[in-house]
Amino acid sequence: MAEEKLFKLKVICPDRVFYEGEASMVELDTSEGQVGIYKEHIPMTMILVPGVLKITEAEGVKEAALHAGFIEVLPQEITILAEIAEWPDEIDVNRANEAKVRAERRLAAKDADLNIVRAETALKKSLIRLELGDK
Amino acid sequence: MASMRDIKRRKGSIQSTQQITKAMKLVSTVKLQKAKTHAELAKPYFNHMYETMTSILSKSSNIDHPYLKAQEGKKAIIVITSNRGLAGGYNSNVSKLVTESGFDKDDVVLYIIGKKGREFLGKRGYEIAGDYSEAINEPLYSDAVEIGKQVLEDFAEGKIGEIYLAYTVFKNTVSHIPTLMKVMPVEVKEQEEEAKEETPIPMNYEPEEEEVLSMIIPKYVTSLIYGALVEALASENGARMQAMDSATSNAEEMIQDLSLKYNRARQGSITQELTEIIAGAEAIS
Repeated sequence: MAEEKLFKLKVICPDRVFYEGEASMVELDTSEGQVGIYKEHIPMTMILVPGVLKITEAEGVKEAALHAGFIEVLPQEITILAEIAEWPDEIDVNRANEAKVRAERRLAAKDADLNIVRAETALKKSLIRLELGDK
Repeated sequence: MASMRDIKRRKGSIQSTQQITKAMKLVSTVKLQKAKTHAELAKPYFNHMYETMTSILSKSSNIDHPYLKAQEGKKAIIVITSNRGLAGGYNSNVSKLVTESGFDKDDVVLYIIGKKGREFLGKRGYEIAGDYSEAINEPLYSDAVEIGKQVLEDFAEGKIGEIYLAYTVFKNTVSHIPTLMKVMPVEVKEQEEEAKEETPIPMNYEPEEEEVLSMIIPKYVTSLIYGALVEALASENGARMQAMDSATSNAEEMIQDLSLKYNRARQGSITQELTEIIAGAEAIS
């Protein structure tokens, strides 16, 4: 892959620098929909929703789960500030499965005081974890 | 001169105190290492969040957002102290920031993290709106989320008008600086604004600026609180390590002093006994 197509990518979590390297493309889910970003993108700040982060590096594609945060895009540099980010091998599939069942039950129960948004987010997070963790 | 037995007892008690302070020093050294790595790992996020915030605010001027405006109401101070004492001036320095901040006592509500600060400030009649003392034992990001949510809710409801953070900045192992920092309304420092003007790239937002800001500001506040928590923990252990180190060396000094006194007393009593024996023998002969 041509050198000039690579941009700097940083994924930072509160407790560590999750990823730092050069990538040619990054794909992720924002509040406005799925996006794929190349180098020389116009400066942009977007809000993330739970989803799969795909980093296309010179050597191949890396995937990770990304929950909540925002992304700052500059022409030469992209920074993702994520509240939670996980590599597939860090995901506890059993726990994610449990969380999924729990969230589904909560949604099915339809309690009056149920926080639907919260339950849906929990369900979404667990589904993403499962999607990546099962691979 | 005190009797030999008294001196010996005193020495024994100081020795056992020294053992305790030595052990505490070792424990806090280990904890400090852990807290320090923790704080260092948290730093990039904290710094970047700050940079992003300032660049957003300086690049997009004239944003009208409730989070950016000062409003009427009490001043909230999030005070981070420790749950345990024996850390030198660590806790009182932070508490002093609050008492000497120049704010009127009735005009301040406190969100307390750490038992020591709660005891000190509670006694002085400050209003305490929340207590999250558990968080300082093992600061998690979710703790910061919870605290941040609470203060922002109170801010949105108009209960409080300004938010401050009183904590100890961990500069390095030996220097910790108690700091009172303004969190809300968000302020951009003048000089940074100028620095950013050199690269005038207009930032685009998806969704709208205001929505982005309402999303990012809570995260910004949370990251500030989280950063403050981990730094405070590192500072606490650093302060305790120093305090215990000097306590240990003070005990060492006292023990030396007492050993000298003890030996003198011992020598004195032996001399006295000898004199008595000789005097007795002379009287008989």
